[in-house]
Amino acid sequence: MRQYKPKDDVQKKSYFSDRFYVTPSLPRLDPNEDEQFAKDYEQFSSKIKVKEAFIEHTHLVMYIDKNAVVDAMTCLRDELEYDMLMELSAIDYLAQRDGFEIFYEMLSISKHKRIRIKCFLPKNEELESVTSVFKSANWSEREMYDMFGMKIVNHPNMKRILMPDDWYDHPLKKTYPLHGDEAASWYEVDKIFGKEARDIIGPEQRDSSAIDRYDTQRFARLGHEVPFDTDITEGEPDTPISYQEEDSTKIMKKLNPDESVALKRRR
Amino acid sequence: MAQHKVNYLQDGGAPIKLTTIDKLVNFGRSNSIWPMTYGLACCAIEMMATGGSRYDFDRFGTIFRASPRQSDCIIIAGTLTKKHAEFMRRLYDQMPDPKWVISMGSCANTGGMFNTYATVQGADRIVPVDIYLPGCAPRPETLQYALMTLQKKIRKESIFRAHKKKRLI
Repeated sequence: MRQYKPKDDVQKKSYFSDRFYVTPSLPRLDPNEDEQFAKDYEQFSSKIKVKEAFIEHTHLVMYIDKNAVVDAMTCLRDELEYDMLMELSAIDYLAQRDGFEIFYEMLSISKHKRIRIKCFLPKNEELESVTSVFKSANWSEREMYDMFGMKIVNHPNMKRILMPDDWYDHPLKKTYPLHGDEAASWYEVDKIFGKEARDIIGPEQRDSSAIDRYDTQRFARLGHEVPFDTDITEGEPDTPISYQEEDSTKIMKKLNPDESVALKRRR
Repeated sequence: MAQHKVNYLQDGGAPIKLTTIDKLVNFGRSNSIWPMTYGLACCAIEMMATGGSRYDFDRFGTIFRASPRQSDCIIIAGTLTKKHAEFMRRLYDQMPDPKWVISMGSCANTGGMFNTYATVQGADRIVPVDIYLPGCAPRPETLQYALMTLQKKIRKESIFRAHKKKRLI
């Protein structure tokens, strides 16, 4: 890849200097600020131990222990009328806290309220599946496993959902390179032709701006085409662009560009 | 019965036409390229538009077939992912010889904007490609031109040459 150079001379305005954009966090309100959330929080915390709770952007966010997730889901569905599990996924905090943060987005149709349940899952520990409570968790948990690689127990069909079954590593981890690791870069070659074909096919061309003037394997000059892999360092022949061969069938009339008329106005 | 003296070798004077076997066979091959119905992403929409009545692939004798066993051209129209690469190669292997490949659009040519772990960086890592068609997505005219270029290429081929094995990729 080309090296990124800040274009300071193009515009005098300062560019954002941080490599990754850090979103400003929204204000966190007490759960008692909202009437409905205050009632829900009171009822919920009497059953499940809540570590931290606050309202952030109209969502009630509650941190609980990872072993209480299934009980919490059942309580929310049956007693608090949060009857939909909208989304479920994880956030990679392996570098900062050596684990993942799992979030469950819940919606109550009757109350028009949204709750987010969060829990922290340390690395190499198991998470209980919530498929027994919400069927929609099935694919979400499979995707979570596929992308982050945490172990989820009591799931009816725990295997990868997006990546192939024999894929190595989990691509949404922050340590996973965007262009793929060694196994990923040779994946299709190994699978189809075998490892011995690596030398024939060669490594991936990842530089999208690579252009070689004399490379006749990947490039062709329009109007100067030559057969595959010809040496053109000495110069190449002219091949006029035309739609017809010189020795085409006699029934076809050859176009003479001099006799054709360009219309000035659309008819 | 009148006895006409007909010069059968005179061009246009008789119901015969002299040509070479090469030209005859290539006339048939180039004017009945049957591509496979095989779309992978947004380029497939353009491919469908080309097959439709406005651009009308049928007038080139190009009819989309739903089986690799009946087709002799495959248009890789869209992003080829690494998970799918195996199946794409299997479809290509199922096609009878002679067969040709058109790589349609940036994604199939080089991986395009998907410079990521999950995308094959150019369909030519999997199959030998005859025509690379630039664009994202290419307009139907571009695909038409690619097909005409492929026809030109087919007409240049000789059928008597010992069966040249296609390169692996």
